[in-house]
Amino acid sequence: MASGGQSSSEYIKHHLQNLTLGQHPDGHWGFAHSAAEAKAMGFWAINVDTLLWSFTLGALFLWWFYRIAKKASTGVPGGGQNFVEMLVEFIDTNVRGSFTAKNDMVAPMALTLFVWILLINMMDLVPVDWLPGLAAIVGEHVFGADPHHVFFKVVPSTDPNATFGLSLTIFAFVLYYSIKMKGAGGFAAELTMQPFQANNPIVRVLFIPVNLFLEGVSLLAKPVSLSLRLFGNLYAGEMIFILIALMFSAGWGLFVFGGVLQWAWAVFHVLIVLLQAFIFMTLSVVYLDMAHHEH
Amino acid sequence: MNLNATMIGQSIFFGVFLWFCWKFIWPMLMSALSERETRIADGLAAGEKGRRDLELADKRVGEMLREAKGKAAEILSQAERRAGEISDEAKAQARVEAERILSGAQTEIEQEMNRARDALRGQVAALAVSGASQLLEREVDAGAHAELLDQLATRL
Repeated sequence: MASGGQSSSEYIKHHLQNLTLGQHPDGHWGFAHSAAEAKAMGFWAINVDTLLWSFTLGALFLWWFYRIAKKASTGVPGGGQNFVEMLVEFIDTNVRGSFTAKNDMVAPMALTLFVWILLINMMDLVPVDWLPGLAAIVGEHVFGADPHHVFFKVVPSTDPNATFGLSLTIFAFVLYYSIKMKGAGGFAAELTMQPFQANNPIVRVLFIPVNLFLEGVSLLAKPVSLSLRLFGNLYAGEMIFILIALMFSAGWGLFVFGGVLQWAWAVFHVLIVLLQAFIFMTLSVVYLDMAHHEH
Repeated sequence: MNLNATMIGQSIFFGVFLWFCWKFIWPMLMSALSERETRIADGLAAGEKGRRDLELADKRVGEMLREAKGKAAEILSQAERRAGEISDEAKAQARVEAERILSGAQTEIEQEMNRARDALRGQVAALAVSGASQLLEREVDAGAHAELLDQLATRL
């Protein structure tokens, strides 16, 4: 709901701005009060809301699974254990299907990615004004901040920083395992000796820049597409929720219509939430599988 | 929505969460799962074994029953044979006893007869002597004629 005196575009912009902590150009540290100020802080600033929620949800996942794992009985499992075991077996089967090399880090990585991203994405289903509204109240009364300057995005996957953080880590794993499994030479050969191959050594040398360009693009496209796919889907979903939320302040008729729309979109969005978490996990596993094999 | 150091923070979180999941959660869950798998497999095997044992026991029971029936029949026939033998023996004994009793009775009868005959012989001798003395009207010397009288008595 657009709070008093906010125009629609202000409302939308407010919802799309992270709570950024960094150094202002004049030298003092603090929160950015606008998108422009956040931009001026440059690279060495952090989005407190993104990190807070991604850490909270990740910790929730670990706490929950650890609690279940610690008392996991080998007898008849109870409800929570059943659910966790079902998830773990689902991930395990999936990883066995798409990862053929031997690396016992991949399955736990897939589990972490899937559950963590799922929890993060599910924050999108919380009505868009609840948590930011709460944050504005807390910011105003506890920290004495201007509520208009308390930005609070609760879905870390609508912040490209979070998705790039994940995909670049996976990219680092891909590089690490490529070099570890094939050797630096093997990895370099993979990047320069295909897809164009020749028996003539001179032609082969001539092909190197072409191959390097093609393979380099396809290599770099992996982390970029991985993170942008997740970000794009969730950002778009979030955007639609925000637009629907605009209706709530435009009369009773639109309020009811907006309510129905929000419900319908949320139902549909559950699909996206699940699917994107699953796609991110599967592609990460596939990329790691490619890193383990010669081509 | 600009790229900043949040990315690094997110990477660090990912690394830490992944490490924790890899080193603690995953192995614990996996060991629980595989342990349950073996337990279920053991349970199924035990069930199968129990079923086979039951079948075996059933078969053994049938065999034992048949054996017992055979034995009972054998015992019965043995008993019958023994009963026949016993009755035969009893019959033979009874016959022997009867013969013994019969022969005893006969000897007794003979002895009685002999005794009666002896008594009779004496009386006849005395009677003959008294008859003869009355006939001769004189005292006959019993001593002198004892030999004669005895001869008479044996002829009776």
